[in-house]
Amino acid sequence: MDTILKFENFGFKYDAQTSPTLYDINFSVKKGEKVLIAGPSGCGKSTLVHCINGLVPFSYKGKITGSLSLFGRETRDMSLFEISKHVGTVLQDSDAQFVGLTVAEDIAFALENDCVGEPELHDRVMDVAKLVNIDEFMGHAPTELSGGQKQRVSLGGVLVDDVELLIFDEPLANLDPATGKQAIELIDELQKKTGVAVIIVEHRVEDVLHRSVDRMILMDKGRIVADATPDELLSTNALIEKGVREPLYLSAMKYAGIEVTPSLRPGSIDTVVIGEAEAGKLRDWYEHAPADRKPAEAEDILDVRHLSFSYDGTRKALNDISIKIKSGEMLAIVGTNGAGKSTFSKVLCGFEHEDDGEIFFEGGDFKGFSIKERADRIGYVMQNPNQMISKIMIFDEVALGLRSRGVSEEDIKTRVEDTLKICGLWPFRNWPVSALSYGQKKRVTIAAIMVLEPKVIILDEPTAGQDYRHYTEIMEFLTELNKRGITVIMITHDMHLMLEYADRAVAFSEGRIIKDADSAAILTDSGIIERASLKETSLYELCKKAGIPDGTDFVRRFIAYEREVVRQ
Amino acid sequence: MKRFSVKTVVAIGIGAALFFVLGRFVSIPSGIPDTNISIQYGVLAFIAAVFGPIAGFLAGIIGHFFIDFSFGWGVWWSWVIASSIFGCIMGLATMKIDIDNGEFALKEIIIFNVSQIVAHLISWVGVAPALDILFYKEPANKVFIQGLTSAGINILATAVVGTLLCVAYAAARPKKDSLKEEQ
Amino acid sequence: MNNLFNYIDKESPVHRLTGATKFVCLLLWNFAAMYTYDTRYLCVMAVLSFVLFAVSKIKLKEVSFMLGFTAVFVLINNVLVYVFSPQHGTEIYGTCTYLFGLSGKYAPTAEQLFYHLNYFLKYLASIPSVILFVSTTNPSEFAASLNKLGVKYTVAYSVALALRYIPDVQKEYDEISKAQQARGIEMSKKAPLMKRIKSAASILIPLILSSMDRVEIVSNAMELRSFGKNKKRTWYMGRPFKWTDIAAMIFCAFLVIVAVFLNFKNNGRFFNPFI
Repeated sequence: MDTILKFENFGFKYDAQTSPTLYDINFSVKKGEKVLIAGPSGCGKSTLVHCINGLVPFSYKGKITGSLSLFGRETRDMSLFEISKHVGTVLQDSDAQFVGLTVAEDIAFALENDCVGEPELHDRVMDVAKLVNIDEFMGHAPTELSGGQKQRVSLGGVLVDDVELLIFDEPLANLDPATGKQAIELIDELQKKTGVAVIIVEHRVEDVLHRSVDRMILMDKGRIVADATPDELLSTNALIEKGVREPLYLSAMKYAGIEVTPSLRPGSIDTVVIGEAEAGKLRDWYEHAPADRKPAEAEDILDVRHLSFSYDGTRKALNDISIKIKSGEMLAIVGTNGAGKSTFSKVLCGFEHEDDGEIFFEGGDFKGFSIKERADRIGYVMQNPNQMISKIMIFDEVALGLRSRGVSEEDIKTRVEDTLKICGLWPFRNWPVSALSYGQKKRVTIAAIMVLEPKVIILDEPTAGQDYRHYTEIMEFLTELNKRGITVIMITHDMHLMLEYADRAVAFSEGRIIKDADSAAILTDSGIIERASLKETSLYELCKKAGIPDGTDFVRRFIAYEREVVRQ
Repeated sequence: MKRFSVKTVVAIGIGAALFFVLGRFVSIPSGIPDTNISIQYGVLAFIAAVFGPIAGFLAGIIGHFFIDFSFGWGVWWSWVIASSIFGCIMGLATMKIDIDNGEFALKEIIIFNVSQIVAHLISWVGVAPALDILFYKEPANKVFIQGLTSAGINILATAVVGTLLCVAYAAARPKKDSLKEEQ
Repeated sequence: MNNLFNYIDKESPVHRLTGATKFVCLLLWNFAAMYTYDTRYLCVMAVLSFVLFAVSKIKLKEVSFMLGFTAVFVLINNVLVYVFSPQHGTEIYGTCTYLFGLSGKYAPTAEQLFYHLNYFLKYLASIPSVILFVSTTNPSEFAASLNKLGVKYTVAYSVALALRYIPDVQKEYDEISKAQQARGIEMSKKAPLMKRIKSAASILIPLILSSMDRVEIVSNAMELRSFGKNKKRTWYMGRPFKWTDIAAMIFCAFLVIVAVFLNFKNNGRFFNPFI
């Protein structure tokens, strides 16, 4: 039998909801096929994953219509355990999937549950560990592994079962660009080696297409809206219309007036054909695109001199950091996990105390300021809004900081209401926080910081895990705050964010600043890209193909064009 | 939800981890010398209310056992057992409360708090000193006064922390409300 | 390596015993030390503990922070006993021998001091075994050994999960608490008591709510990998018993038998030199 999975007029409605989440799903996956499923948040792709791996209907109850079969058998007549013998799922959150105390135990987990005994147990675990290239870390605990390594362990943990279909649920969400690229390469290699079918669910289309896929399925509002080869699908405007970001090189080609057709092979930057006609159009657009704007002159708001810090007294997490940040700037801090970027923000906020060096805020020494006093000047917003929200009502959440500072209830009311208006939360002022979407919760946490009127706001991964629409929403909101004079510092892995929104980017590596320049200059510098675990932007490759010599300037103009022409 | 499922297994593990971290690393001075407020009992009461008596019992025993272990001062079985009995009683007393479907209003707050006061008294003024005397032949005076102090502090901490946690969790559960945007 | 509880990886006869054996021995040893108040026997057990330390190649220096906690704990308990029950020794031993020519409720008696000596010896006989267990048992093996001893594997896995997620919970607590402090949450002695507890709650609420999300995701992840499918499961870290394991358990059982025997011989749990 060639067909592994087949959906026929399939629909699903959760018991707790009034309308269905999935409608009229029709598609099948054949042996050895590789399929990318994309779509905005809430399009039903997570539910689709749950339907395939059996969590629907075994863990999440609801009503199924139509048919979903695995090797010709209806999955609802199978058990969750039977399904998991055929379908392996690599979850988005590799920390949650890592249920063993060490790498070896985690890979062994499924075998242990199947009562596999010795010596087969150890042998099979070792074989799989070698397959996913983690065999040198068998005794390591998850805290000692990088994000990429944890993902390999997750992969090993499902491959140990000889599954025929692998599902990856947003495999790139928690990885830096370079590691994400490696993950896509690893998936590709494994598929070729083992012949399993692969479904990748991801909204970062360009990054997945780094290695070819057979088909792309686009979902929106619970339905499949397109099912085609990448070359065909990327020749339409379907992605943008449904709120999924299209590859940057493709945007550039469209701006230049190139008509994208499947014959140009637009599925990947490696295959896309830039003939003489296309190259001419690109060069022409480049020469006429607006030049980069000059940053406005401003006073330094933060002046950090020779800052050093160590957690354990031996390894320096920050090593002689010096940086000046101007008032009203929008700055991105990039680098691998453990490069020191989060530590830097923690020291600024006073969560950790520097061993050496000085911090000046508006010319005054920051030393001796408590966490609370610093927070009046520099606000810190955590990555996950759920980690900050501790009140039931939105108003109380935003008022928390003021109340603990002993501000009068009358002043609190006016200040909170003003902040809610600025943050676009006014219509929800009497709602409980739990009724909001993730993006709106993020706004509440930013509002809760903004109400203290800091001049600088630091955000840890402000857009992590967000689809294009929410990403744009959050970033436009931050730009709005920035225009009001707030200095915005963003710690991020997201190269789009750097390119599109940051005036300047600072790359950290091993506790040092290795480059401080505009984003275009960083994302086209191969040495820095490698050390900061970034990825070269596809625009640069496009330039090479079109014979444009100054790639960095091309990227700058592309950014300026997007800012001034497209986004207006 | 309150049946014993894989979810309960995980809740016991993570509940014990929370109990351990709060008991071992978080010290909030109570004002009485050398006595810290044990906010972990608020969390244990919450876990028991959501996942039932078995979860409360096991999360308490595992969490407390690990605390004793990591300090190395020997496993003080009498108190470990008292913690788990507290978790178990709280689970039993709150069986009828459907906190998962957002049910935690005034009536439930009263049930929860009356139970936690009773449960703490049973555990710290009853079980712990009795076992101390039985196991270790400790002087009765000492163990009862220790038990009374602990009970008092734990009741206070559970009343605030446990209640707030339950209310916040119930409020965060999805409910079909018809919320309207206001202009 | 996995080192939450100060596990020290070495090659020694104690390390080679299975986790299950060590756990049984720990329970038996502690029961014996808890049960008896026979001074002579407690001395023997205390000496044995230190011999075991030498056998296990664990140096006192490596466990010094644990010994520090223990010392404080022992001291406080001794003081408390004296404060609340200065006549406890007299009640137990039935005689009252005032020392240094003093008398009165809080005056030192030979019986009370002897009781304190026993109390102290009890710690000396039992605590080293706990520290030894912690330092020589790989946490990964602990859950497997519980299952081997007849604890249901679901419960044993809860123990493993607790060990697995303690570092994550700790890190998350730390991050949330710092971010909330920046918003003005105060937990130190500066704030009044009720405010302190309420502050704790505003750190705990986000921590607990995100832990509840974690419960959901982790249980899905486990079910997708067949957890709960069978009535039993195997353990990657499990090890078969060897003759040394059996011998160790028999020896510890013998310790308990001696303790019970002494109970009959002394007509009670205390050894009484005063009559």
